Order: sequence, then structure tokens, then C-alpha cells
Amino acid sequence: MTEMYEHIDESTLDGMRTLVTEEAVEGKTVLLNMGPQHPSTHGVLRLLLELDGEYVVNCVPDIGFLHTGVEKNMEAKTYTKAEVMTDRLDYLNTVGNNLAYCLAVEKLVDLDVPPRAQAIRVILTELQRIASHLVWLGTHALDLAAMSVFLYCFREREMILDILEMCGGQRMMTTYFRPGGLWRDVPVEFEGAVRNFIKIFPARIQEYEDLLTNNPLFVERTKHIGVLKPEDAIRWGVTGPPLRASGVKHDLRKVRPYSGYEQYDFDIPTQSDGDTYARYLVRIEEMRQSLRIIEQALNKLPYGPVRSNNRKYVPPPRSEIGTSMEALIHHFKLWTEGFPAPKGSVYVAVESPRGELGVYLEGDGGPKPYRVHWRTPSFVNLQVLPLLAKGHLVADLVALIGTVDIVLGDVDR
Amino acid sequence: MSELLDQAIKTIQSRFQAEVSTFRDEITLWVTAQQIVDACRTLRDEFEFDMLEDETAVDYWPEESPRFHVVYQLYSYPRNERISLRVPLDGNSPSIPSIVPIFPNANWHEREIWDLFGIRFENHPDLRRILMPHDWEGHPLRKDYPLGYEEVMFTFNFDEIDQRKPYAKRYPERQDKAP
Repeated sequence: MTEMYEHIDESTLDGMRTLVTEEAVEGKTVLLNMGPQHPSTHGVLRLLLELDGEYVVNCVPDIGFLHTGVEKNMEAKTYTKAEVMTDRLDYLNTVGNNLAYCLAVEKLVDLDVPPRAQAIRVILTELQRIASHLVWLGTHALDLAAMSVFLYCFREREMILDILEMCGGQRMMTTYFRPGGLWRDVPVEFEGAVRNFIKIFPARIQEYEDLLTNNPLFVERTKHIGVLKPEDAIRWGVTGPPLRASGVKHDLRKVRPYSGYEQYDFDIPTQSDGDTYARYLVRIEEMRQSLRIIEQALNKLPYGPVRSNNRKYVPPPRSEIGTSMEALIHHFKLWTEGFPAPKGSVYVAVESPRGELGVYLEGDGGPKPYRVHWRTPSFVNLQVLPLLAKGHLVADLVALIGTVDIVLGDVDR
Repeated sequence: MSELLDQAIKTIQSRFQAEVSTFRDEITLWVTAQQIVDACRTLRDEFEFDMLEDETAVDYWPEESPRFHVVYQLYSYPRNERISLRVPLDGNSPSIPSIVPIFPNANWHEREIWDLFGIRFENHPDLRRILMPHDWEGHPLRKDYPLGYEEVMFTFNFDEIDQRKPYAKRYPERQDKAP
């Protein structure tokens, strides 16, 4: 099975000819290696930089340091068990990954989800979006030497992680959403905790804004840095906040609603400048819009079951197993063998904090997915980094890596 | 189904003799490897499918022809429509023209497919492995590639495991340890 494949020998300048410009080979520009172990690459991203003085002539991302073979592993597990791996992709948006995967499985086997489960999914996904944006804001500000913002952001993120722990028992890797609904209903303290968060958080967003929005140091480092034109954004498949900061009003929650997003009233924040500052403003406003969605969903949270009644796909509740033979058989079959999914493929996309998170799921009639492919927003958005970085200072590159908001677990899968 | 989508399907169908299949309201057009570039260009220029959402592949081993399917998801911003293209490929040295000239973001997707499936993309500007190490042998997402594991290295078995690594096979004369 060994075949010839291209490989770039980075030990000589001549070997790197296809990566860098002719000036680098002649020695007129400098080549600099950044990462994979570098705090401002937000993980294990490696960049090969070609510099003219302090200006970036070219930047070549090198990824794969965190490749864990999730797609291959998922093929060896049943639909239910494979879900555990979805948390580990984008580890700042764990419930969002669960949601994408569950929606794909539900579409593949044609499974219904009760309205209460859908509303709770929306609440938790939006909370997670805020948590993810908080990590982004903290680290982005930290890259630009604003230490205090990082501490404030993690203070509020902790409140969200507490809510997730309350529901799923885990702070990050919850696997709380299951195909057909949720693992269990939310506890009684849930509503109070979320309401408390909604009450506190708007003032906290204001606090971050006071620290950054009109801060001359921050504005200087972000305005007119890494301008992404809308046509480039579309051509390169960029989605999420970078796309909206370039003036394209596109949000999958609005244009292709899933999980009942069509019931909620919210705006899609856009900016027209397409620079790092515009992307900052879009994400800040997105946190406010998420709060609006959470509040609406909480106010009309319906009562009822949180998992589908379709016993062929969803295990029966514990209480039934003791009294019903049929429930026992279903329980046994679902946990030993799993449920079969029909032959066919579906593509489901949701709006993650980073952009469009797509799942391509193919079934072959058996209990294990035949093929799972993750179209991850970080992977696609990272491709545009060389375009953004061209002609900027090395110091600004650090801001640009932050503004694309990549998670390396999401890039490398 | 909107009128635009209907027209797009009819055009592709008549121009490329493409088959159409539908599963769970998702429309798939089946075209051949020689037609994929023209089909993508037609969809982009005439029907406003201006974004490549996703490109991936599926392996149907032990079937030999066709063994692979390359799957494209195209999206239209102005019309909010999604369409899927599927290209069957032979198992014997699979290769397909690259669509990077039409959708530049196909670059990494195609490198990933080459890396994990070993499907060659003709006229690709930079076809290298992207996720696996450059000295990796084989293409892991193929169905005939076993699901392996990485042995955990401790001091007592470090040398033994180190000898089995691909780099040890490639440079047997080298005495120094892993880079």
C-alpha cells in the first residue's frame, strides 16, 4: 500500500522551494519557525514564517500535531458510544458538537425529539457559545497583553461550567445530549442558576467592553489588521463570526433553523470592516444575543419528557425495566448491539461559536456508523490565515491567530 | 424544492448525464471524475452555488470498482440551498481532478482526503500529507487499514518500541534515538 507521495525536506532551503518565495532561497528574507509549542498559537499549531524585516511575507500553517483519528475510531463504535468522542473535537464547544452529532443521527434514523429536550439543548448550546467566546476573549486579550480580561472571563466561564456540571455531571465533556433527546432531565436548581447568570452577565459584558472597546492600546492593535473582504470570505468558505464581521449576514440558526431556533427572536450581529476589531465587536454582540435566546427559551420551557418514546432507538427508563419484559429486551439490545441505521448518508450543519460545524454521517444498515466526517469550522477558517497575515507585523500575527479563533482539537480531529 | 434547485438539477442532468438520488430531503447528483470540474463550475457560475461547504470521501472496500466515493457539499448563499455531488472512483490508483481552481478552500480538504484515503488529486497545487506525519505509511481511513493503537513507551520498553517505528526502518544505520 506504500505509494509515492510528495514530501518537503525542510532541512535544506532548496527542499522548501515550493513553500517559500525565491527571495528566501536567495537569502533576502528570513525564515522563522513558530510553534508548535508556542503560547499564542492556542495549542499545537506550527507556522513557517517568511519575514522581510518584521513584516510577514508568507506564512505556511502546518497542522496535524493533535490528530487523534476520531473519524476512524467512531467507525468502530456504535452510534451511541461514538458520541463520547464528539466532545473531544472542539473542547470549548462540547455540547455543540454533541448537538451536531445527535441531529445527524436523528436525521439518519428519522427520530423525533420532544420539545422540552430541544429547548434545553438550545439553552445549553447558547451557554456554551458564551463560554467559548469568553475563552476566546480572554486569550485574545492576553495575546495583546491585557492580562486582567483573561481573569474576568474565566470567572464567568466558571459559572457556565457549573451549570453544565449540574446537568451532565461533567464540567466540559458532558455527552449530555443523546440521540433522541437528553441523558436525563435538568435538576431543579438548573433554572435558578441560569436565571442568576442571565441577571449577572450583561453587566459583566459591559465590564469587558469598558476594558477593551475604547482602549487605545487594544484598538491600535486590532483596527485595520487582517482585513477579510466578503468575497474572499465566501470564496475560502469562511463561516461564523469572521464571515459576519466582513458584512455577510449569515447564521445557520436563522437561515436553516434546527432544534427549534425558529421560535426565538434574535439578531445576527454584523460589521462591515472585516478587520480584527470588527470580529471582536461581532463576538461581543453575539454573547448578548445568546443571552436573549437563553432567556426566551427558559421563559417558555415546556414540560414533558426529555427523550423520545421510540424504544427502537432510545433506551427505556430504569423504572420500566423491573416491570416490563419488553423494556428489558430493548435495554439489553440497545446497550449490547446498538440500533441499526439505514443505508444512506446525511449532512447536518449547525452554527458553532467558530462557524459552521458540519457532520457527514453515513450508515450501512448496521449498528455502527460506516463513515463519519467532521467539517470543522477551525479547519476551514485556518486556511485563510496566510491571506490575512500577508504584509502585517509578526506581533500582529499573534492577534490574527486569536481572531480566527481556532481550537486545535477541532482543526486536527 | 425551489425553482433554482430544480433548474440546476435539470441542467446538470442533461449536460453531464448525471443521476439524481434523494435521501432524507438531501439531493445528490452523481457525476464522473472527468466531469467534476465542469459540474462545479456550472453550479458556481450559473446557479450561484458560491461556497464549497465540505469535501470528503468514503471507502467501500472490498468492492473494487467503484471502491471510493468523493462527496462534495455545495452551498448557495444568495438562495440558501445545499446540493451534494458524488463521484465514484476505481480502487486501483484512484485519482480525480482537483477543484482548487474553482473553490480555493478545497485545498486542505483534498490534502486531507489524499492523506487519509490515498486518492490522488490531479493538478492540485500542494498535494502533501496534512494530518499524519510525513513519513507515515498507508492511508488510515481506508477500510482495509486496521484500527491500531499507539504503544505506551516506558523506560523499560522504550528501545524495543522505538525499533518498530517507521523512522527506525527508514534509517536503520542511525544509532541516535527518535528526533
